[in-house]
Amino acid sequence: MDYPKMGRRTLCRVLVLLAGASVAGAHAAEAQVAVAANFVEPIKAVAAVLEKTTGHTVRISIGASGAFYTQIRNGAPFDVFLSADNERPEMLEKDGLAQPGTRFTYAIGKLVLWSAKAGRVDDKGAVLKAADLGKVAYANPKTAPYGAAAVQVLEKLAMKNALSPKLVQGESIGQTFNFVKTGNADVGFVALSQVLSGGQLKEGSMWVIPQANYDPIRQDAVLLKRGADNAAAKALLQLLRSPNIKDLIRSYGYDL
Amino acid sequence: MQPLVYLTPDNLQALWLTARVAALTTLILLLLGTPLAWWLARSRSWVVKPVGALVALPLVLPPSVLGFYLLVALGPEGPLGRWMLALGLPTLPFTFAGLVVASVFYSLPFMVQPVLNSMQALGERPLEAAATLRAGPMDTFFSVVLPLCRPGLVTGCIMSFAHTVGEFGVVLMVGGNIPGVTRVVSVQIFDHVEALEYADAHRLAAVMLAFFFAVLLALQMYSARQARKGRA
Repeated sequence: MDYPKMGRRTLCRVLVLLAGASVAGAHAAEAQVAVAANFVEPIKAVAAVLEKTTGHTVRISIGASGAFYTQIRNGAPFDVFLSADNERPEMLEKDGLAQPGTRFTYAIGKLVLWSAKAGRVDDKGAVLKAADLGKVAYANPKTAPYGAAAVQVLEKLAMKNALSPKLVQGESIGQTFNFVKTGNADVGFVALSQVLSGGQLKEGSMWVIPQANYDPIRQDAVLLKRGADNAAAKALLQLLRSPNIKDLIRSYGYDL
Repeated sequence: MQPLVYLTPDNLQALWLTARVAALTTLILLLLGTPLAWWLARSRSWVVKPVGALVALPLVLPPSVLGFYLLVALGPEGPLGRWMLALGLPTLPFTFAGLVVASVFYSLPFMVQPVLNSMQALGERPLEAAATLRAGPMDTFFSVVLPLCRPGLVTGCIMSFAHTVGEFGVVLMVGGNIPGVTRVVSVQIFDHVEALEYADAHRLAAVMLAFFFAVLLALQMYSARQARKGRA
């Protein structure tokens, strides 16, 4: 078989093209991002904006903040960590696993008591005292900040002991949401961001728990050591601080 | 590493719960799996192959698939869950019964396979001899088949118990992590690790390691003894 001969000039062109492609590749970087489960919906929207405006892509892992903290301490390959609290990013900074000075609050979370059934949860949370109350889901307080907030609420309302036979635990706020969504739990303590869409309650009924009942859920982002030179990671953090994106985050029910 | 001498009440509770789930699962499997294995060994129906495949399914099926179905189909909103509620039965997720049901399905091949193997190894001769002595099918099953299949039954029980103790994924998905009800040892270890409680995780993990080593060692010694008996 006869191949067309590649002239010297063609070869040069191909090489230039290849070099150009690899430069373009260096511009459009990819970052591995660990995201607290309550922030799933917003991060997808933010990632789409990032890709559109900069060409950078992010690979998103969803889980409980505490679980991510443990994984990062054990060498998990993440460039950015969007936690559901401010303590774990701070601890990572102290552990020397995060870049100092990159930590900031990207959202302040709100806890709600939610049921997939309409009319089940009243706006005072009296359903927690209902005689026919089924299982009450909350996230593992050791690893999920929203779970820790739920425990604070139950203690504040002096209902922890009374409700303890009905409590079921999700490993993350995502699993907790699923328990309620599938009806396996009657009500559950979940993140407002999980049940809102465009500022409206998607389905069911909820009680937005007054802030006085739990410490503010300050959600911090931090650039991890592994992502120190990752353009996509830095661009993502920068984007999270921009006014437009802050508005977007607020539309999911976060304070900021 | 912390000394491994001390188990917290939480850890003891998880161990006791795990033992109860595994023991009950093994008992149910013995009652359910033995006739099923006998039917699989003897029947010439075309259904044998599909049923055999169903029984082996848990060997390869990801636990998340079973967990998902349990949560969605057997929850109060699911088709089977509604049916159960209509019958006045409780739904299965977050309950001890749910854990046992999931384990029975999940450990089924570990009971059926060894029992089936020993039943197939019987051959026709003992059954023909029993028939010559005018033993009915039930009598044959209890007086001839079961005693001769004892090694398979013992192996099946040990494997079912051990496999249930080792279960993790399904429980994580449908357990709800309730102390004393669904927080079994494997989940307890997971929680300890996720919360950076390595000392507690080490203690329980060491117990598990020792347990499974002992079980597998016992199984090896048992089958070696059976093989010697067989030759003698």
